Amino acid sequence: MAQDWTHYLQQGFYDELVGPDGPRPAARPLMERLVGLGADALRERQRAAELEIKTLGITFTVYSDGNAIDRAWPMDIIPRVIPAAEWRRTEAGLKQRVHALNLFINDIYGPQRIIRDKRFPAELIASSKNFRAQCRDFTPPLGVWAHICGSDMVRDGDGTLYVLEDNLRVPSGVSYMMMNRQVMKHVFPELFENQVILPVDDYPSQLFDMLAAMSPRPADYPCVVVLTPGIYNSAYFEHAYLAQQMGVELVVGPDLFVGDDDCVYMRTIQGPERVDVVYRRIDDDFLDPEAFRPDSALGVPGLLRAWRKGNVALVNAPGAGVADDKVVYTYVPDFIKYYLGEDPILPNVPTWRCEDPQSLKHVLAHLKDLVIKPANESGGYGMLVGPKSSREECERFATLIQRDPRNYIAQPTLALSTVPTLTDHVPEPRHVDLRPFILSGSDIQVTTGGLTRVAMVKGSLVVNSSQGGGSKDTWVVETNESDSPS
Amino acid sequence: MLSRMAENMYWFARYLERAENTARLVTVTTNLILDLPRVVTPDWEPLIDITSGRDKFVERHGEMSEHRVVQFLLADRENPSSLISCLTKARENLRTTRDIVPAEAWGQINRLHLIAQEQMGDALSRRGRHESLQTIIGQCQMIVGLLDGVMSRDEAFEFMRLGRNLERADMTTRILDVRSGDLLAEMPADLKAYGRVQWMSVLKSMTAYQMYRRLVRSRVSGVDVVRFLLQEERFPRALQACLKTLEVCLSGLPRNETPLRAVAQLRRMVQRADIAALAHEGGTLHVYMDELQLKLAGCHDAIAATYFGAELAPNAAMAAGVTPPAPSSSQAQTQRAG
Repeated sequence: MAQDWTHYLQQGFYDELVGPDGPRPAARPLMERLVGLGADALRERQRAAELEIKTLGITFTVYSDGNAIDRAWPMDIIPRVIPAAEWRRTEAGLKQRVHALNLFINDIYGPQRIIRDKRFPAELIASSKNFRAQCRDFTPPLGVWAHICGSDMVRDGDGTLYVLEDNLRVPSGVSYMMMNRQVMKHVFPELFENQVILPVDDYPSQLFDMLAAMSPRPADYPCVVVLTPGIYNSAYFEHAYLAQQMGVELVVGPDLFVGDDDCVYMRTIQGPERVDVVYRRIDDDFLDPEAFRPDSALGVPGLLRAWRKGNVALVNAPGAGVADDKVVYTYVPDFIKYYLGEDPILPNVPTWRCEDPQSLKHVLAHLKDLVIKPANESGGYGMLVGPKSSREECERFATLIQRDPRNYIAQPTLALSTVPTLTDHVPEPRHVDLRPFILSGSDIQVTTGGLTRVAMVKGSLVVNSSQGGGSKDTWVVETNESDSPS
Repeated sequence: MLSRMAENMYWFARYLERAENTARLVTVTTNLILDLPRVVTPDWEPLIDITSGRDKFVERHGEMSEHRVVQFLLADRENPSSLISCLTKARENLRTTRDIVPAEAWGQINRLHLIAQEQMGDALSRRGRHESLQTIIGQCQMIVGLLDGVMSRDEAFEFMRLGRNLERADMTTRILDVRSGDLLAEMPADLKAYGRVQWMSVLKSMTAYQMYRRLVRSRVSGVDVVRFLLQEERFPRALQACLKTLEVCLSGLPRNETPLRAVAQLRRMVQRADIAALAHEGGTLHVYMDELQLKLAGCHDAIAATYFGAELAPNAAMAAGVTPPAPSSSQAQTQRAG
């Protein structure tokens, strides 16, 4: 049964696969296959994919879902396609961005040149929720703080790719990106044979190499561990998966201790074993009851002490979250200019800082048209989507903002791009974003594509996994400009 | 291997074994009751003592009726050693060690957990009990068989075997302790035959009857049964056999001096025992069994201290762990919290 795509496109939105004149060149082989298969066969393949995900045990917990810690990871089988040429440019932009961010963080915990040169306000640091005084006057190996960064990107209606935000604390999603690809190879093997779809498989070895490079002890096989909060954490699957793929131990807080020599040890049946690098998936607050929240049972007492002594590497470093602030985000183009002397390759989303009186005035007058975000929440929580909100909600936010303007930013409602997504009937457009991952060690590397997150509900812009969003595979496809049917 | 993983594997195996043994105990006792005249009916009380749940049971139920005891032993979640509690804990322990055991084991323990819940209604009634408990026992054996067949003999495997055999040894001594007490007492002549039936049930509660008969060709006698279940190295549920396996497991592990010494001591004690003399009087045997259990608990302590880091973390002196048994009853060991 042939698919009719003539009524698919939505006005005002850019679709990643379907342009105004039909399927986009990089997506043509895919679209032809989808049309050829028809709705029933597609649903069949979707079911097969879901079964595989269940069998493989790929889970993600949604906290509001009660005790369901074995909730299957939601994936839609129609991938997002990015032409390789566009990707190469994006990749360069991401590397530039993360490089500047790390220089900023290192500076802010060190000499704070950027503040002295008046290119960044001191008050912003003083009032920053994630700035950690415990990390001042210390330089971690290679000056890298945010070894792993997940920068969320969105495409607006005019086709421009923007960076929406940088996640520098404990960004997740990379394992799901890899699992999506694994499942997709079984769903559409024919398409992988006929096109050049760039692989995503070597992330675990890149990750391990980066982690090993941070080791304080020069050795052939440094002891690397993945520190997880445990099985009840939403991304536990990812923690376990990465540990297994890298061939390193997965530990929880009580498995580690800091000895009298300020070194970190792991409790094994052979006795204590020295640990060199901790890839920690626990937030700063809970990382070390000696340095941060004393009531945390998840962390390791003395970990920060060992880190400052240079006896253990922490990835990402504590305190990296200072740049995870949405107000700091607005300065990133300035960081690129200040630290690198370059113009940003990738644009920020135009943003109003509510702490600025003029901007505040504008924001309050246009709440209904804007997206308001708190400076330091993640997962899409605590934000207001103006066009979709009631008067009461807007009024409530107006109060919140005025009470604490430093901690709110506003952005125009972007016309997020869409990708065809299976529904009960024909595939329909659903809004997506993209989270590539950038690894910084002795060099900077970017995952090929990244995790595409999709809002499963029609018209919704909320793609976050923690709020029930779904995902798609991301294909970076080599094309020749003079396209010929394959 | 992480201490925590070793501990989880150990307790996974212990709880699974405990579940299987509990199911077996209940089904055998049920059958025994059908064989005996009313006047000799053993009550269900000994089972409470075998699983050392007396205090908990009295607190919650009081009356030692069949219905209440079976409910307590199989379905009561407030009883940390009930069948359902054991299966739940076995499953939880396997959840975090999934990556180091064959994947099918996780699927199987999940199924077993579900089946137990489904079958519980039947298990509580006398009519459906045998079949439902046989199903559960079968599922336990399937998991053990699966792991035995496809798991490498690595450290994870050895800790699992340690746990299983320690639990098995523990259960053997408990059953003997509780049952032999009343069985060795003098029986009136006309009920001597029923004494034999009861000894047979002791054997059957460890699925040992057939193997016993193959070895001991004469009639079932109390002394022979005690000797078989304590000293027969070739029967896997006999105490000496379990201890021998513990030695084999420990030989494959690092830093094993302390635990090995504890096991060796216990082995010598069992080997030297003059069962006939001990069995002559119920009281002496009971004291001896108590000593065995103390030493077994000591083996567990040595393993926990050496491998599970019990001594490394100052705040690891957890409760619910290893209290020395009171003279006439011994505590069922449970995994420490956290």
